[in-house]
Amino acid sequence: MYPEGGYAFPHRDLTGIGRLERHEILYLLDEAEQWVELNRLPQKRAALLSGLTIINAFFENSTRTLLSFEIAGKRLGADVVNMHAATSSVKKGETLIDTAITLNAMRADAIVIRHASSGAVRLIASKVDCPVLNAGDGQHEHPTQALLDALTIRHALHLPPGSDLNGLNVTICGDILHSRVARSNILALTALGANVRVCAPPALLPAEIEAMGVTVFHDFDAALKGANVIMMLRLQMERMQGQFIPSPREYRHLYGLTLDRFARAEPDALVMHPGPMNRGVEIDSQVADDPVRSLITRQVESGVAIRMACLDVLTRRARGVAGWPTLTGDPA
Amino acid sequence: MIPRPITITGGRLVLATGEPIDGAIRMVDGRIVALGDIAPEPNDVVIKAAGKLITPGLVDLGVFAIDKPAFHFGGITRAALMPDQGPPLDHPARVRFAALSGKPDMWIHPLAAATRGLEGSELAELALMREAGARAVATGRRWIGDSGVMLRLLSYCAMLGLVVVTHAEDAGMTGSAVATAGEMATRLGLPSAPAQAEALAVARDIALAELTGAHIHFRQVTTAAALDLIRAAKARGIHVTAGVTPAHFMLSDLELADFRTFSRMSPPLRQDADRRAVIDAIADGTIDVIASGHDPRGPEDKRLPFVDAEPGMAGAETLLPLTLTLVRDGRIDLARAFDLLAGAPARLLKVDAGVLSVGAQADIAIVDPVRPWVVNSGKMAASAGNTPFDRRPVEGRVTALFKGGTQIG
Repeated sequence: MYPEGGYAFPHRDLTGIGRLERHEILYLLDEAEQWVELNRLPQKRAALLSGLTIINAFFENSTRTLLSFEIAGKRLGADVVNMHAATSSVKKGETLIDTAITLNAMRADAIVIRHASSGAVRLIASKVDCPVLNAGDGQHEHPTQALLDALTIRHALHLPPGSDLNGLNVTICGDILHSRVARSNILALTALGANVRVCAPPALLPAEIEAMGVTVFHDFDAALKGANVIMMLRLQMERMQGQFIPSPREYRHLYGLTLDRFARAEPDALVMHPGPMNRGVEIDSQVADDPVRSLITRQVESGVAIRMACLDVLTRRARGVAGWPTLTGDPA
Repeated sequence: MIPRPITITGGRLVLATGEPIDGAIRMVDGRIVALGDIAPEPNDVVIKAAGKLITPGLVDLGVFAIDKPAFHFGGITRAALMPDQGPPLDHPARVRFAALSGKPDMWIHPLAAATRGLEGSELAELALMREAGARAVATGRRWIGDSGVMLRLLSYCAMLGLVVVTHAEDAGMTGSAVATAGEMATRLGLPSAPAQAEALAVARDIALAELTGAHIHFRQVTTAAALDLIRAAKARGIHVTAGVTPAHFMLSDLELADFRTFSRMSPPLRQDADRRAVIDAIADGTIDVIASGHDPRGPEDKRLPFVDAEPGMAGAETLLPLTLTLVRDGRIDLARAFDLLAGAPARLLKVDAGVLSVGAQADIAIVDPVRPWVVNSGKMAASAGNTPFDRRPVEGRVTALFKGGTQIG
């Protein structure tokens, strides 16, 4: 069902879902299936990327994404090196381009980047010779999060490999304005056929978000009606300049996912959260800890598998895998 | 040595109104002494225009750097220097120095900083700076947020007879925005502000101009809503004028795709409906001035993530050919194009130039309006090649330039 060999994923980098076709998204999801199974075995190691060096260059703090990429690389047998901006020469005034050139000179086989500025990952990708994976750039994209969310939904609904999410009603609620997770998820979910609703107060919604193919709600109860999946987002206070909501308490009153509210969605509706959660603000513990309907820990589990799949697929050309010739032209 | 008189023959003279007329122009002692159906005097240096246009040298109302090679390439003989220098032009000595810094072959008209340090709180020594050569007052890249300060500034400048050149974006609304709110900014995840931030600023400043009788010039007006306000204010007889740069009538926010920092402008590029409204406003006279906003920026300012890059473009070289696209499209005639580029800014700065008339300063360009060339950001005369028009084919090039009756290029 996919184009032959390297045509299944004709990109050097993974900088955003916005650059992928529907079948390319599905290809990455299907590739991740094998790693979900491996990760559940006691012996979790594959030697696929043995001898390769992966640099995780994180210019912005992260715990779970960094850990997830590190584990993914190590499980595939690669040498994984983490670079934290806080302890690097970035603090000494080195420009992003110089840092990128330095990383490139160290002959990494893949670079995973997180940066606080939208577009920074693509800028670095244009200056290096190896595959670049976006682990979150500003308010732009966080593609592996969207992929792991789609995989988690597919598993929770017991859908076989190759399945899309056609007809599924997904409500994304929270700080859409500052969220790269929301943007990547909107792109991935709509590409896979889901009906996406976004719900937030107007100040936390970006302009003309409807153009991305979503329905806008301000009333959370209305947005929950008929929802099969609810994705809750954290208030990104650290990105807010000025006051966007009167108080967390008032925000919870309007947009907190309480047990009562959860009951207004479909009876078997699922809840997700990319983390970190602010319990008692956007989501109550009784909802977050629901053993059946909360997918929050399963999202973390899928994350490792998705990142293994992305690292595998993107390094195939360098590893000389049959059917994966080097790309020519614009390495997008 | 007294320079010999020069006569340019066989050209098409672009006068203040009407179609160009065939003829010649003669300059003596730095001034235009005759034009039209005239012949060179026996001792003149004769330059053959060979059917090209003879136009006034451009008067660029609002540049951020003194960049003579770029100005001369673009046919610019006078430029109004924005006060946003390091340090700002908020002191008479700095104004005097800037006023002399281009002579003799390029005249710089400093715009005095309206407030000390361009901070928007305390008025600078505007009368002393006028004595030192400031031709107008400017708020710089920023809007003055405090309406009380703006009121006092305008009433003082009304008394001094100085035009106040202002930036029109409500700072509270724009915050740290780098793009216009809309689908593009949303998809790219860029901090953005509604285009209405401009209309808000324009509305307040029109009210204050009406109250004080001051002449206010909005250096860049880029949205339909703000242009409507200016159109209405002009109809009521309020002393307002408006300018724009070619980027805002040539480009829309679609140029931000791929986070191209050469397309980062202040104010940011707008959506296409606003771009078209700017062209309509140029055509109907609401916009008086087209300027380059010349702001050459090297890679240390531009090869950065979009949010961290500095706004601005190197615009001096493309000012004329991009304006001529409006002539080719039939939206304005040649006379009006050169009024936007030279006549109106010269009147605003109260300098004796910008028009071909007997007695005016002999700042003259010979222009081949159809000569094709391709903009190349790697080979610009400007001190940096940050242009969003890279690789764009354009038409119109200055083939000779005269400042004060002396050939300089």
